[in-house]
Amino acid sequence: MDVIEPTSIDRLGVSAPPDALVRVRGLSFSVPSGSGGVNQPTDILRGVDLDLAAGSATGLVGPSGSGKTSLLMLLAGLEQPTAGSIRVAGQELAGMNEDALARLRRTTIGIVFQAFHLIPTMTALENVAIPLELAGVADAMGRAEAGLRSVGLGHRLRHLPGTLSGGEQQRVALARAFSPRPKLLLADEPTGNLDRATGSAVMDLLWTLRAEFGTTLLLITHDPALAARCERVVTMRDGRLS
Amino acid sequence: MRLALRELRGGTRGLRVVLMCLVLGVAAIASVGVLREGLARGLAQDGRRILGGDLAIEGGSQPLPDTLRDWFRTRGDAISDTVTLRSMMLAGRERLLVELKAVDAAWPLVGSATLADGSPLRPALANGAVVEPLVLDRLHAALGSTLRLGTSDLAAVAVLGTEPDRVADPSIFGPRVLIGLDRLDATGLVRPGSIVEHHLRATLASGQDAIGTIEAVKKVFPNTGWRFRDAAHAAPGVQQFIDRTALFLTLVGLASLLVGGVGVANGVRAWIEARRRTLATLRCLGAAPALVIETCAIQLGLLAAAGIVVGLVLGVALPWLAVTLAGDLLPVRPVIAPFPRPLAEAALFGALTAAAFAATPLATVGRVPGATLFRAVFDALPASRTARLVTAGLGLALVGLTVATAQDRLFAAGFCAAALLTLGLFRLGAAILVRVAARLPSPRKVWARLALSALYRPGTSAPLMLVSVGMGLSVLSAVALIEGNMQRQVAEQLPRDAPSFFFVDIQPGQLDRFKGIVGAQPGTRDVKTVPSLRARLVSVAGVPADQVKATPDTRWALQGDRGLTIAGAEPEATRLTAGTWWAADYAGPPLVSFDTNLAAGWGVHVGDTMRVNVLGRDIDLKVANLRDIAWRTMGLNFTMVVSPGLLSAAPYSNIATLRSPEASQTGLLAAVTDALPNVSGIRIADVIGAVTKILGQLGTALAAAGSLTLVSGALVLAGAVAGTQRRRIAEAVVLKTLGASRATIRAGWLLEFGILGTVAGLLAALVGTLSSWAVMRWVLQADWVFLPTTLAATVLGCVALMLVVGWAGTASALSARPAPLLRNE
Repeated sequence: MDVIEPTSIDRLGVSAPPDALVRVRGLSFSVPSGSGGVNQPTDILRGVDLDLAAGSATGLVGPSGSGKTSLLMLLAGLEQPTAGSIRVAGQELAGMNEDALARLRRTTIGIVFQAFHLIPTMTALENVAIPLELAGVADAMGRAEAGLRSVGLGHRLRHLPGTLSGGEQQRVALARAFSPRPKLLLADEPTGNLDRATGSAVMDLLWTLRAEFGTTLLLITHDPALAARCERVVTMRDGRLS
Repeated sequence: MRLALRELRGGTRGLRVVLMCLVLGVAAIASVGVLREGLARGLAQDGRRILGGDLAIEGGSQPLPDTLRDWFRTRGDAISDTVTLRSMMLAGRERLLVELKAVDAAWPLVGSATLADGSPLRPALANGAVVEPLVLDRLHAALGSTLRLGTSDLAAVAVLGTEPDRVADPSIFGPRVLIGLDRLDATGLVRPGSIVEHHLRATLASGQDAIGTIEAVKKVFPNTGWRFRDAAHAAPGVQQFIDRTALFLTLVGLASLLVGGVGVANGVRAWIEARRRTLATLRCLGAAPALVIETCAIQLGLLAAAGIVVGLVLGVALPWLAVTLAGDLLPVRPVIAPFPRPLAEAALFGALTAAAFAATPLATVGRVPGATLFRAVFDALPASRTARLVTAGLGLALVGLTVATAQDRLFAAGFCAAALLTLGLFRLGAAILVRVAARLPSPRKVWARLALSALYRPGTSAPLMLVSVGMGLSVLSAVALIEGNMQRQVAEQLPRDAPSFFFVDIQPGQLDRFKGIVGAQPGTRDVKTVPSLRARLVSVAGVPADQVKATPDTRWALQGDRGLTIAGAEPEATRLTAGTWWAADYAGPPLVSFDTNLAAGWGVHVGDTMRVNVLGRDIDLKVANLRDIAWRTMGLNFTMVVSPGLLSAAPYSNIATLRSPEASQTGLLAAVTDALPNVSGIRIADVIGAVTKILGQLGTALAAAGSLTLVSGALVLAGAVAGTQRRRIAEAVVLKTLGASRATIRAGWLLEFGILGTVAGLLAALVGTLSSWAVMRWVLQADWVFLPTTLAATVLGCVALMLVVGWAGTASALSARPAPLLRNE
């Protein structure tokens, strides 16, 4: 698998492919520095350009602290960029208010985390149903149950997250992320908390679901084997894609 | 100790709520104790001034004999006579009921009476009446105006400044007017049957002691029925008021300390949980459970000591500030100092509360193996038997201290029982709420599910929130309901047919004229008149009045004058509870119909003999029957109704009641008092208004004090909300990533707080209702009525408070940046 230079097209002044689901241009992100008494911002991302074609799977690799998760957060509208533009499914994220961003995530973006982030007070079924209910889907519970069965957790519907194993929790998280059939799935080291066998099973599942729904995937990983499953791999170093 | 101190370097952040709860509770109890002690010392220091001498003798309506004055004079004691009564004062067409005090040349024996400009009062009295500013204001008069008092015209010569013995002789129904005693006869106000009080004050020659002198007077003048007071008991009414208020405020302080205790328990638990990694590390490094407990206990002990010290400092500073700013409003100026006893009591209360509520969570630390500390939640661990026993022992010590230090121990014990029951009720309510929430079908809406699941999830803060808000609101609703009931007793329960006026001191020769005058006024009806005599009780069934074993609520009637009337036929609406009424034409030895409540309190039965003194003559009255008196009808009621015969020949005056339309009342009062200047007219509406105003002020003051418990509750609630903040932020972040709007998340949290507020409000309303019923029934011995509006306000207030706290607490959770949390987990 070759590492592709992602921004070469733009550098040549050529516009993004017409089927790009995500288009990032000149994206910069910095956070205030909390030490030293001088409030000098720390640059996390520096002029990132990135296109994700609809239906593609892209692996994002790089050393810790290089800005991978920050890029993911920005793509999900969970952080505001310092400069630059992010378009997801044709919508410019910069300038959108909190509620508009929430609507975008509800309909278009699914996120899977290393730490699962299930709501501990709700059952597996209720967790999966949340995005469907937020989107106003009529048979949210029915679809959530089908989603859980599809990830092999039909027997764990009423279980609280605390009573599930790590692998099971991540499968619930996958079912939840895919339940509204998002166009874009952002996955931040989804197997980081799992053993190799369980992680492999979860990734198989992710790939199956992605294929089923035609979802565009951006996968952050430290595992070269997982990155290799993607059609394209980009590397981030010091806030820049290379 | 070294370890504990080193550990404390990490800060006391988690324990701030614990510290504040202790400071607040200790400061409240210490303030009340210091203020009470200060008032008592102020009363003792000023006792002679307040009383107006070393001792006082009240003779009631009968003038004190000259032989008594001679007795004092021969001993070398100084004496002063005063007479007090209520009377109408007239200026042109204006009329005003005033509290008249006629003083002799020796008054005041102690202290100095001054005019408003600070000059001595005595010279002014030689020229006319000295009045309070309100008299001039109400009568639209000015200094120099002529005021009519009974049959005498007097000039208003000066405005009263200070009256040293005012606390002992308070003016309740009207403003004070002072005249010289030598002018009293000219007013024609003191006649047989008039309601007047004759007082004699004495300052004793050196070496004489007041108690011994009083005993000597009693021996020389036996069975007089006079009322004696010495300087140590100058104002028993004020002392009783101070004691009752102090008891209430102490209980409020304890209630806030109790709520604070809940905060202590939770704060300690949260603090230990936050330090679990440190503690686990210590355990893994070989620290024994006892050492871990000891380390935490020393840290908590140091913090509690700091809290108690700050509370004690505030406990002296706050009363000092209050007295400096508003000391003049109090009947007696308190002497504020760091009195050791109340401060030691407050410190002990604080220490016991901290120990009682921290013991269980502290003991739990020792039961957790090092490895478990890394992953377990402490709530899952049951408290050890020893920890429970220690907690129970400390709790009992707290109850014991409360009862032992209270003036009214029975009331304090009742409070402790009620407080524990309330605590139990709220815990039970919380347990039921958690179970019901867990069993309810899952709501379809995410926000509703979020709210419901927060109520029953493991480690839920719902019980803590219920208790912290509920306890404070229970105290407030109880105070509000008691005040509401008392107001209602006075105002709302006034019967429709209650009279508009009482007219007193109508002489027998004036009765026909009086009836003619009031009959001529438009709309006057239901004119009723009865003869009235003043009688003093000498003995009851052979036992001297001052030795009768009476219940506390009936003891008052053994002293001073009682009203007495004469009737042949049984009065209308009389309800006999024992015995029979005499024949209308009965002319045998005097019989008496007596108040059934007083009879029960004194142990009087039909057939017993009561000896009364009427106008200096002892008369034996045989109890013919007992009678239930409906005082609330505001009609003509007397504790004693005597058969005609012997007493019919005694000089008496008449009392009248009548009803009159509002528009005619001013004219009616003017017509009567113009024609019959010695007659006083009392408008019932004015009396009700004055009493309602006093009750209203008292109720506001009590509610303000009661709200201290709510402040404690709010503090604990804020602590509880802060404790759940991490959970709320995590939930908010995850829900946001799933596309939930801020409104959705907020709706869920507000529903959670709304449910908690409603349940807490309902329970507080229940506790308030039961407590107010118990206090009205057993302490105030009055009727109790259900007041739904007050209760509804309690519940709504609770919901509103919860929503406000919830809104404020969750605002920061909603604005938290998601990225750090998602990244760090």
